[in-house]
Amino acid sequence: MLVPENLKYQKTDEWVKVENGIATIGITDFAQDSLSDVVFVEFEVDVDDEIKVGDSMATIESVKAAAEVVFPVSGKVIEVNQTLIDTPEVLNESPYEEGWLVKVQVTDESELDKLMDAPAYDAYCQER
Amino acid sequence: MAEPTIFDLSVAGRTGVTFPEPDVPETALPKGFLREKLQLPEMSELEVVRHFTSISQKNYAIDLGFYPLGSCTMKYNPKINEVVSRLPGFAATHPLQPIDTVQGNLFLMYSLQEMLKEIAGFAAVTLQPAAGAQGELVGTLIIHKYHQERGDHQRTRMLIPDSAHGTNPASSAMLGFEVVPLPSDERGNVDIAALKELCDDRLAGLMFTNPNTLGLFDENVCEVVDIVHKAGGLVYGDGANMNALLGVFRPGDVGIDILHFNLHKTFSTPHGGGGPGSGPVAVQQHLVDYLPDPIVGIIDEGDEETAPLYGFIHPEKSIGRIKSFYGHFGMHIRAYTYIAMLGQEGLRDVAEIAVLNANYLQEKLKDTFTLPYDRPCMHEFVLEGYWKDVPDIHALDIAKRLMDYDFHPPTNYFPLIVHEALMIEPTETETKETLDRFVDAMRKIAEEARTNPELLHNAPHNTPVRRADELKAAKDLVLCCYVGDDWPGVQE
Amino acid sequence: MFTPHTKHDVEVMLNSIGVGKIEDLFQEIPEQFRYPDLNLAPRLTEMETAGQLESIAAANATTKDLLSFLGAGAYDHYIPAAVDNLLQRGEFYTAYTPYQPEISQGTLQAIFEFQTLICKLTGMDVSNASHYDGATAAAEAVILAYGNFRNKRKKVLVSRAVNPQYRQVIRTYMQADSSLKIVGDEIETGIAPDMQKFIDQIDHDTALVIVQYPDFFGRIIDYTQLIETAHQFGALVAVAVNPTALGMLTPPGDIGADIAFGEGQPLGIPLSYGGPYLGFFAVKNALLRKLAGRLVGETTDVEGKLAYVLTLTAREQHIRREKASSNICSNQGLMTLAATIYMSLLGKHGLQQVANLCYQKAHYTADQLSGISGFSLVDETTPFFHEFVVKCDEPVEEVLEHLLQHNILGGYNLGHDYPELENHLMLAVTEKISREDIEYLSAVLQEENHG
Repeated sequence: MLVPENLKYQKTDEWVKVENGIATIGITDFAQDSLSDVVFVEFEVDVDDEIKVGDSMATIESVKAAAEVVFPVSGKVIEVNQTLIDTPEVLNESPYEEGWLVKVQVTDESELDKLMDAPAYDAYCQER
Repeated sequence: MAEPTIFDLSVAGRTGVTFPEPDVPETALPKGFLREKLQLPEMSELEVVRHFTSISQKNYAIDLGFYPLGSCTMKYNPKINEVVSRLPGFAATHPLQPIDTVQGNLFLMYSLQEMLKEIAGFAAVTLQPAAGAQGELVGTLIIHKYHQERGDHQRTRMLIPDSAHGTNPASSAMLGFEVVPLPSDERGNVDIAALKELCDDRLAGLMFTNPNTLGLFDENVCEVVDIVHKAGGLVYGDGANMNALLGVFRPGDVGIDILHFNLHKTFSTPHGGGGPGSGPVAVQQHLVDYLPDPIVGIIDEGDEETAPLYGFIHPEKSIGRIKSFYGHFGMHIRAYTYIAMLGQEGLRDVAEIAVLNANYLQEKLKDTFTLPYDRPCMHEFVLEGYWKDVPDIHALDIAKRLMDYDFHPPTNYFPLIVHEALMIEPTETETKETLDRFVDAMRKIAEEARTNPELLHNAPHNTPVRRADELKAAKDLVLCCYVGDDWPGVQE
Repeated sequence: MFTPHTKHDVEVMLNSIGVGKIEDLFQEIPEQFRYPDLNLAPRLTEMETAGQLESIAAANATTKDLLSFLGAGAYDHYIPAAVDNLLQRGEFYTAYTPYQPEISQGTLQAIFEFQTLICKLTGMDVSNASHYDGATAAAEAVILAYGNFRNKRKKVLVSRAVNPQYRQVIRTYMQADSSLKIVGDEIETGIAPDMQKFIDQIDHDTALVIVQYPDFFGRIIDYTQLIETAHQFGALVAVAVNPTALGMLTPPGDIGADIAFGEGQPLGIPLSYGGPYLGFFAVKNALLRKLAGRLVGETTDVEGKLAYVLTLTAREQHIRREKASSNICSNQGLMTLAATIYMSLLGKHGLQQVANLCYQKAHYTADQLSGISGFSLVDETTPFFHEFVVKCDEPVEEVLEHLLQHNILGGYNLGHDYPELENHLMLAVTEKISREDIEYLSAVLQEENHG
């Protein structure tokens, strides 16, 4: 299972990468694997929405399960990955690259300190 | 062979039924509102009859064999129910007829309300809810309105045990309640310490299934109710499992505030391939005024010479109407009939034999399968459909293999708190011979899991279709038949 | 009777469990509450029960004993014999929800066919496997629309000419959310609400507009402009439809409705004093993912054979729990089967015939009644289907009482639901009513008027 070093992780299996104040957010390899084949992605936010940590970002459905994705950081939504609506399987194939969900203009980068780093998240996954 | 659909069978120009020509002077049709095409099948009556008879034979049903689907109480549906509910005296009555022309219907509904009150120990009953899930909605609406009326606007949290059915949290969420999961203890009861911790002035209520979905009677029922009441909350009883308690225990006696029944489980009305159900709700005295509008009551007591007049009562603080008219009356007739044929003695017999059958199966199967909560069960019990020595075999494989032995599988993967759950509810209407054959099949399957696991992985083998590709169904959505040249696929 | 064990069976079973008597299995129930005495009548045999139920049924006067012009949401249509005969197959009615597709293809295929029939009838793209009835389908339309805009649009506009029970149920379902406004039906407008005023209330805060077609008073209204306006404001439109009328009328899908729903009872389901019926519910493709309730889809099995399965189940309560948009966990299974068989038997020609008969007979009745002094047609210009409203010079209760004395259920007293329509009587006429019946009604009313 892949847990890239340069990302931060949330307990509910989202990853986040911040560059120049822009956070890119997605779900982890662990999350896509436990959901199995994703058949549908529904975004709960639009561009320009102000959001905070814990707000609902999207719902991901597989054949037998549904998972809610929540924001690991606060800010303003600047981009939503619309290609996932037509090709939800990308979430299984490339959770850390093409499968990103939402980009956010971060208001408070210190929120990142509350997230797990790669070794901590890896250990957390091993426990489960 | 796959059965063609009614649209495949359609041949232009045929019809299964014809009606008389108009016997009145013709009026011009409304211009500008007439449809151009109507794509309905065109079939002869015999073709229709053969089609539906043919597809019916691809169903498993209680009338064909053992159906131990946990939490669904798949008991025998007496044939007399079907006869009496079709009497024209009932079936040909319009819901808006004047009440003096439908005193039979109203008497029957009133009597059923009285019977259900007596059986579960409550002050009043509404027959309006269409199904158990709608009964739950009524219950959560009552809890919501009760707290609002008292000015307790901060009571927004609903406690729901982790073993609960998915409708419990879904119903609570529809009312805006915050769903707070309540853990179970190691005996499968509500965790009292956790409950106490969650009981504060934010508490709206607890949704409590007893016996719970593990088939276990919560030994601390009195204490649980007491703790919730002391914190100002109400206890909603999910009556899905009432079959175990008929004539044995009345939830109202220990202070449960609200309870729904499932007439299609406990009181033998048919499941109908997924409905119609019927989910009457009972309440204690302090909640009577909140019941849905209307309920049936006596509106004129009558005297020695005149019979009482039955009619509709509109509860003072009612949550309102929750469906058209008065509920699934056809199901009320069946449940009334069933209770009339059983009386107190028969009801107790139902619960006792249901519990005996479940304990017998539990005892016979617990050496072959892991029994996570080893104590006497009520009307059902939960096994793990998983063995450490054959980790490739899952509950699903066992369920599917049972079909090859002509049994309906138990409920699987529920409750969520048991790993690879197989939830088995035999009901009281099954013979010992049937239970023994089921035990034999389950043991045989456990053996096959070790000797020939492919038999399980590829099961079922002898059914009208075999394992279906659910991913394909969800990805390449086809939700309609092919009709002529129209592509039935969904373009989003 | 229904418990098969012999005394010997019970002994053997108790032995194997390792307890002495059945009571021992109930030790965990608090003793003081165990085995309550129930005040129930002594049990009856099947023969006695059948006799009792027959005498209860005999205390009713039925639409077979009386000539009925009652409608207002439930209609007395002819049901071909094959419908109920097929429903009584144990393979159908003693099965449960088709969670195991391998042994439920009968139920699944029937639902799949039902979905198709509803789509074809309403002109919509996707139908679910049904809701409880027309009224709860209306509430589900509101839930769907509200959720579609993520609860951001706070207004639902509902016409006063929508079935009053539907409007009541919507308000019951939505009462906990005080920020949602359900408006549009408050002003007492009689049977002809001002369409332009209604349309003017549509704005950017409107999630859903609900109208009925034909409306509750039987009138066939042109909703084209209303739907255009709603769509300009980005709102959804739900149209409640009478399925029989769709044998004749342009379907809601063709005029731009986003949601079509209604009471399916007219499709082969007996009146049965109000239930069980079925609520059909269909949407355009854009709303597919918002659709609550069961859906059956087509797929193949491991051998490549055509198979039907429940699909998109990840939206439902057993997976989403508190995140599900609806708590529905059943459908009206057997009732959808009745409707499927009914529509298959009638087919295109049969349903067209029934719709035409209803229309013709209702118009003849209206024509007859409007010639009687003391009774007048309330709306003489708007086209209607099989239901219409007459104004009576006398109190409706007295008219109905007089008719009942002549074995006629004269119709529905609109004063019950509409204070402004106190002397208004609504009559429904189906294919079961003959010219003779209509002329009898007319004669009895003449007599009332002169007697």
